[in-house]
Amino acid sequence: MGIQEHHPRRIALIDGNSFYCSCERVMRPALEGKPLIVLSNNDGCAIARTQEAKDLGIKMGDPWFKIKHLADSRGLIALSANFSLYGDLSQRMMNVIGQFSPMQEIYSIDESFADLTGTPGTGRELGTAIRDRVKQWVGIPTCVGLGPTKTLAKSANFLAKKIPRLLGVCDLTTLDAPARLKAIRHIAIEDVWGVGRRLAPQLRELGIHTAADLAQADQRVIRDTFSIVLAKTARELAGESCIAWEDEPPDKQQIMCSRSFGQPITEKRELLQALSVFVTGAAEKLRRQQSFTDTVQIFIRTSPFREGKHYTGSVVIRLVETTSDTAALIAAVADGLSSVYRPDILYAKAGVCLMNIQSERAASAQLDLFSRNSADSPPGYARLMSAMDNLNARFGRSTVVPADAFVARASTWSMRQERMTPAYTTDWEQVVEVWR
Amino acid sequence: MDTPVPLSQAPLHVWASPATIQCGFPSPAEDHRQKRLDLNDFLIHQADATFFMRVRGSSMRDADIDDGDYVIVDRSIQAQHGHIIVAVVDGEFTIKRLFRKRGCVRLLAANPTFPNIEFKEGQELIVWGVVTWAFKNITPVA
Repeated sequence: MGIQEHHPRRIALIDGNSFYCSCERVMRPALEGKPLIVLSNNDGCAIARTQEAKDLGIKMGDPWFKIKHLADSRGLIALSANFSLYGDLSQRMMNVIGQFSPMQEIYSIDESFADLTGTPGTGRELGTAIRDRVKQWVGIPTCVGLGPTKTLAKSANFLAKKIPRLLGVCDLTTLDAPARLKAIRHIAIEDVWGVGRRLAPQLRELGIHTAADLAQADQRVIRDTFSIVLAKTARELAGESCIAWEDEPPDKQQIMCSRSFGQPITEKRELLQALSVFVTGAAEKLRRQQSFTDTVQIFIRTSPFREGKHYTGSVVIRLVETTSDTAALIAAVADGLSSVYRPDILYAKAGVCLMNIQSERAASAQLDLFSRNSADSPPGYARLMSAMDNLNARFGRSTVVPADAFVARASTWSMRQERMTPAYTTDWEQVVEVWR
Repeated sequence: MDTPVPLSQAPLHVWASPATIQCGFPSPAEDHRQKRLDLNDFLIHQADATFFMRVRGSSMRDADIDDGDYVIVDRSIQAQHGHIIVAVVDGEFTIKRLFRKRGCVRLLAANPTFPNIEFKEGQELIVWGVVTWAFKNITPVA
């Protein structure tokens, strides 16, 4: 009890600014200061924008054909999504953040919570230190928000991004409740974590226009009119922590599921088991929001706080076709694990991230050896998977794979990615060349 | 193993392994053969800050870094006078030796036919990372 009492909770949310665009800029500095967007698969629409591109009026999700003219008239640069680069730099960024706290929760490809309760230093000092180290080591600019709850950390992060004089760090933990309410009055209700555009109009009808309004709203009305989840958000905004660690609404563009292990794991079999659980959960979330993915990242890593060998394995697996099928995703994960697993290492954490989430499935025939609904019948499927694993263990990797996984390895030939930068950090043939 | 350890009189089985064997009672852990040397352990200190690049051109020839060589770049190191660094000049990567003394900042080529890069007052040097190793293939091309 004692220690907790002396240190009020202090949670940081660190996120990368225009993350995909920033990744491109790390490896191509000439893009600095230019309006830049990253396009979704098949070069369909804008999924990331730099400030300069936002200033041209480009919105998230704008279709490329509609804004193409800006390339000639305003110097807009559009690149195809290079997920192997983003996945690698994300992993580096997360590892660097992990050096500051053993309690880290990776929330999406570019966002991470870190519990800094009791860590020496002010919130601003710690936030600045994290920000500086991520920028120096990985090259990604970030913003850091600190608050006594996760939702307030998110809110602080929002303010850090919006208000330039905060220099990328906003600490709400040093404010008393009235001052905090004053600060979050600047956050419109649709920008509150877990609210979104769908609920915002209804809330506005009730006179709730800002995060501060929601914090002060009658909890019962919120719970009865909307949901327990939204009531929790309201309580969190008021300073009461009620969203558990590693349990929160999914992000829309990616779904991340990662956990620290209670005991370190060394066996590949156990890692696969953990990753399968994560991807199963992530696939459920994906189906719940009626979306599909074609890009999965996995990572496995040691603890930065332990003595001994440090290792991070991380890989991005591209599927040729979009899916929300647990079977296909597990196969992709198993395949990825085989390429990054190293024996005799104490793994402390692993995770799965579904990237490039889209609301429609690419319209092309799907090889379908196993039932589409295999995820709905887990017992049979689990046996199938384990039989497959055993065969592969006995006769060598990829002796037997589900049809979906087989397709996954057939690479990206069918995808239109005319503007993709090289796999700078994941392929020897494609590393940066220094010419002068 | 600095201090000598008395050997027992009994015959001792020694595996072809670099594991140290003490006093004739091998610990069960040393039944394992040791792991092979791993270049990653030797060359990379901060994996999360380490990148590979390939050198083109001969501007660093006299530092034994030639066209086609690979370099290891560690961004976690603060660049100091004398380090070979990857810098960003006019939006492009360049590999040079950093000269930074008496308020003077220069990027020096290691080849007299290449110009050095001078930094004037107010001009900012952008260090991308510090080069820690260079490696080259010395197998003659068939």
